[in-house]
Amino acid sequence: MFAYIVRRLALMIVTLFGISIIIFVLLRVVPGNIVDILFDAAGFVDPTDKANLEKELGLDQPIVVQYLKWIGGLLHGDLGYSYVSEKPALQEILPRLPITAKLAALALLFSASIGIPLGVISAVRQGTRLDYALRVVSLSGLSLPSFWLGLLILMASVAMFGTMPIFNPNPKTWTEAFAIYAVPAMAVGFRSAALTMRITRSSMLEILRQDYIRTARAKGASERSVNYHHALKNAVLPVITVIGIEAAFLIGGLIVTETVFNIPGIARFLVEALRWRDYPIVQNLVMLIALVVVLANFTVDMLYAAIDPRIRYTD
Amino acid sequence: MAVINYDSELRRAGAHSTHGWRKLTYLAQRHLLGAIGLVIMVLFVLAALLADFIARYDPLSVDSLHRLASPSAQHWLGTDSFGRDVWSRIVHGARISLAVGVGSTLLGSSIGVIVGLASGYLSGWVDLVFQRITDILQALPLLVLALVMTAALGPSLPNVIIAIAIPLIPTVARVIRANTLALRELPFIEAAKSVGMSETRIALRHVLPNTLAPLIVLMTAQLGSTILTEASLSFLGLGIPEPYPSWGRMLSESAAEYVRTAPWLVIFPGVAISLAVFGTNLFGDALRDILDPRQRG
Repeated sequence: MFAYIVRRLALMIVTLFGISIIIFVLLRVVPGNIVDILFDAAGFVDPTDKANLEKELGLDQPIVVQYLKWIGGLLHGDLGYSYVSEKPALQEILPRLPITAKLAALALLFSASIGIPLGVISAVRQGTRLDYALRVVSLSGLSLPSFWLGLLILMASVAMFGTMPIFNPNPKTWTEAFAIYAVPAMAVGFRSAALTMRITRSSMLEILRQDYIRTARAKGASERSVNYHHALKNAVLPVITVIGIEAAFLIGGLIVTETVFNIPGIARFLVEALRWRDYPIVQNLVMLIALVVVLANFTVDMLYAAIDPRIRYTD
Repeated sequence: MAVINYDSELRRAGAHSTHGWRKLTYLAQRHLLGAIGLVIMVLFVLAALLADFIARYDPLSVDSLHRLASPSAQHWLGTDSFGRDVWSRIVHGARISLAVGVGSTLLGSSIGVIVGLASGYLSGWVDLVFQRITDILQALPLLVLALVMTAALGPSLPNVIIAIAIPLIPTVARVIRANTLALRELPFIEAAKSVGMSETRIALRHVLPNTLAPLIVLMTAQLGSTILTEASLSFLGLGIPEPYPSWGRMLSESAAEYVRTAPWLVIFPGVAISLAVFGTNLFGDALRDILDPRQRG
């Protein structure tokens, strides 16, 4: 087990290292950097001014040197400076982090509390009209773009209250906090709930076909006891394993939802930084996202082994 | 890969003829949702192919006299802030969604198949290297990778196709690799080897056709997510550039303003995206039930 954990951690580092190279190179093969953008906007360009600015930002150095500087800084907790605001990247990212974390946590909570029960009901009632209806609902949930759902919510809010929720970092009332965090979280979580429901359903169905369930039925256990006592416990495990996939799924949803609701989190910040070619911000945010996904997958695998005694990782 | 024998099932169900139309109607009844999905997909493809005939106006022509007109007999779904007809733009937008959906799914899947076959069949260091690359690509969410790639490559139709295709490679490669590994151990591959078939030939003639069923299932599932990703990219302003009528672009940020004043600009493009994706999802689900009976629910 110990050897397995060490190996997994080593692979995680290899993965993150690979991502750092890919992102760094990708951002620099682009023709045109921020200096070009700034000077394009200004109109007339003095070549010496441009060269000076490029030098100041370190863009005149070879790409390998730029990369090593970034990675070296990263290991010391120095993320460089944002080209746009000229503030340290860490100062720009940190205050935005809790906003996105709150939204993501709420969305996960929403998706689990809706998706798991509905998935179980759908499986237990397999083949009935209820199952049919729930499957159609979950499929349509997966088909709605999160940003459109967000726009529809805004539209409903205008129709009902005559106004849209405006983000405020310190909501004063409970209703304000609900409008600011819970509503966008639901817009993101809806798709995840649909995904969770489908996974729970197929996992539950697989378990219900197993021999030990037949045995439980044969010894006269009630339908209720078989479904909720024997089957559910084992069916929920595979649902936990896909939290890693869900994390990746959620981040995609957060990017568009934060944009729709004008929420100043890190997901929207990534889009803004990409538009401005603010390399230090983009590369650090992408690394942060990769770290979250990789850690989520690792934690889930460990959790899985801890919960299910049948699973033991060996090298 | 086991495939349900529908002929025998049909006979058992009491069908007299198992050919042509009857078989089709039987399948449609059995997989009603899948049939609905197929109909939606066909309509969607028809709209894309016949856009020039279905559209009532040029999707790009600006009409300053009829800006933000609400839906009427002249403009079925209203007009946008440039006076462009929304119905015509949605019909033409089907072309973009279809091009990106089919283009990136095919591109991503073909590369994925090559990588997966090579990885599973050659194993050794090739497998090791491909596995690490797959890990790396899978650590980033589809939308994040596609966003960074379109930002790097620049917004254009071919670049959006590439940007969405690359994140699809690992999923396809994983499935094909797992299948190849399982197939490699089967007696018929051993038989092919013993009669002196070359490795490449075995991989292409015997292994690949046997992974087709899961591949088709996976590709249909991906079609929906590529359409959604294109819509998200264009919505964020980093996908298909103006003036092309991409559905996502039509919902772009400015749409937030029109939530109050021109709701038709928000409702209809979203309905188009959701319906197209819903159709492919319904069809993909039914296809999975038919081709991959082990996953039947």
